[in-house]
Amino acid sequence: METLLQQIINGLSLGAIYALIALGYTMVYGVLRLINFAHGDVYMLGAFSGYYLAHALGLDGNPSVPGAIVVTIGAMAICAVVGMLIERFAYKPVRHHPRLTALITAIGVSLLLEYGGQVVFGATPRFFPQMIESRTYALGGVQITNQNLLIILVAVVVMFGLEFIVHRTRIGKAMRATSYNLQVAKLMGINTDRVIAFTFALGSALAAAGGVLVALAIPRIDPLMGLMTGLKAFVAAVLGGIGSIPGAMVGGVLIGLMETGLSATAYSTYRDAVAFGVLILILVVRPAGIFGSTAVEKV
Amino acid sequence: MKLFPHPVLRLLVLLGVVVTAAAGCENRTVDDGTGDIRVGLYASLTGDGASFGQSSLEGAQLAVEEINNAGGVLGGRSIQLLVEDNQSRPEEASNAVTKLITQDRVVALIGEVASRRTLAAAPVAQRYQVPMITPASTNERVTELGDYIFRICFIDPFQGEVLAKFAYNDLGARRAAVLRDIQQDYSVGLTESIVRNFTALGGQVSDPISYSSGDPDFRAVLTQIRAQNPDVIFATGYYTEAAVIVRQARELGMEMPILGGDGWVGDALANGREALRNTFISNHYSGDNPDPVVQNFVASYRQRFGREPDSIAALSYDAVKVLVDAFERAGSTNGPAVRDALATSSVAGVTGQLTMDANRNVSKPAVIQEVTWENGAVRFVYRTTIDPD
Repeated sequence: METLLQQIINGLSLGAIYALIALGYTMVYGVLRLINFAHGDVYMLGAFSGYYLAHALGLDGNPSVPGAIVVTIGAMAICAVVGMLIERFAYKPVRHHPRLTALITAIGVSLLLEYGGQVVFGATPRFFPQMIESRTYALGGVQITNQNLLIILVAVVVMFGLEFIVHRTRIGKAMRATSYNLQVAKLMGINTDRVIAFTFALGSALAAAGGVLVALAIPRIDPLMGLMTGLKAFVAAVLGGIGSIPGAMVGGVLIGLMETGLSATAYSTYRDAVAFGVLILILVVRPAGIFGSTAVEKV
Repeated sequence: MKLFPHPVLRLLVLLGVVVTAAAGCENRTVDDGTGDIRVGLYASLTGDGASFGQSSLEGAQLAVEEINNAGGVLGGRSIQLLVEDNQSRPEEASNAVTKLITQDRVVALIGEVASRRTLAAAPVAQRYQVPMITPASTNERVTELGDYIFRICFIDPFQGEVLAKFAYNDLGARRAAVLRDIQQDYSVGLTESIVRNFTALGGQVSDPISYSSGDPDFRAVLTQIRAQNPDVIFATGYYTEAAVIVRQARELGMEMPILGGDGWVGDALANGREALRNTFISNHYSGDNPDPVVQNFVASYRQRFGREPDSIAALSYDAVKVLVDAFERAGSTNGPAVRDALATSSVAGVTGQLTMDANRNVSKPAVIQEVTWENGAVRFVYRTTIDPD
């Protein structure tokens, strides 16, 4: 029983990571109908930005909460700019081409960041400095660290924050309009270029926050860290219904729980297969995902 | 996707590959007896195993410099060390060795540390009859690949026995759990030996739990181990994952001793930080050994590289010394002659007496070290020495 509860906590912690990244996938898809495969790599860049910032601020072995907040915001700012640059130079030129072109471009950007990262950062895994004191809370026999708690908390806050932005603000309305019909939104006087740039900036900043938070809990970072995590987060987004913000959250948590569940059995080495098995299943059974619908949304 | 769509083109490419490979065989000329002696070192200078690569490079460099400064070998010829990085990937290890042999024309090879990469590269050396000494690959099969493959470290059946004995006798453990890296021959071989020896002593071991190199999160498997409440955990993989395993085990409130092999020796182990308590490893040598041979090596290494040598550096240093001894006794750098000389090596090294047996292995004692975290650094504290039977 204790073990089961602990595994559920483990699964939630892992799932919250996927959810945080899946939110970025889903948002870009929601607006542009583009699967931004480079998203996982922006997450990697976020972790590395945080790594360098933390070292520059002397936070290695010198934990401080304000310092950690500065690092997180710095990494988010850097990645927001990177996200906008990627959009401007990689996706915008092919925006009016068939969707497949953009998809292939996204894969190209992803590979560029991964292997460019190996050139710049080196292929050797690095260890993220411990910016906040690690604490373990025990409830009965169930343990959770403050970092994992933080990830779960941030994922939930971000989900509600995004829901609010998309459904309750002016820019959110513009995003939905752009998503509905780019040409018509333009005719209605919406600066769609700016809306799309904003979407990328927001999504990339979230990925960066995710990168820093995850690196706090699982400190090993390397240029390929976004590959597998990004793909699993993508599956989480598809499972929840791509384009749906609560769906990304639910999908992420489900993938995390399933992966942990399998790791707990004798088949632990198949843990990476879980997400992809789910992807195949969901595409066959319910391509729209759990929260997805094929109905037309009224703006 | 087809890389070469046209059948004729494909044939041409194939032909090109065959011709190049054949040329590689023919062009291999014997050392003409003058100039520098070219020795190849292939190592994981980048990637997961970068710490291994760096240490083995530095150890070899120090030995080469000492030998050259002392007048060289074979009547004053200097050793030239040619280095190839394999990015911690087995397929790159065999490419690196092919390049060192066919293009750089090395007469002998030093490498690798990780058994998986040595296993990938050794058949190439064997095919070209270039003697290879692995400083630290402990998997049993490495030297079974051919009579040109030598090693100067103990093997995993012995290392597993040492760890099992220490856990059973010194720590009083009766029930154990094992975590192994399914992608690494080293970890799989070591696990097998630990299970066999611990069971033979009368202990109980649950089924080994597997993970893959690069896995970032071990909470799920550790939670399963926690439910079994073992007296000790053996983590038989390499240092990068070992650090995370130890840390997450402690986060889950598991305070039992965690034991590992020589694969724990690497810079990233430091990431375990305060969680590195009650942890022990088997190792090839201990830097706090008062033997002057060891202390001289430690002093010159520290002076040259500004840090403490680890066991990989010490073994790599010894590997070069053994090789040079073989050059001298063979009187040439000719492959078969050096091979024959290596087979009868007996050199007093930093890591102990290196006497080659009929299987091209050496029989050496192992030390048990306690791993601790003190003042922001990992320390390996000598506990005991366990001799082979």
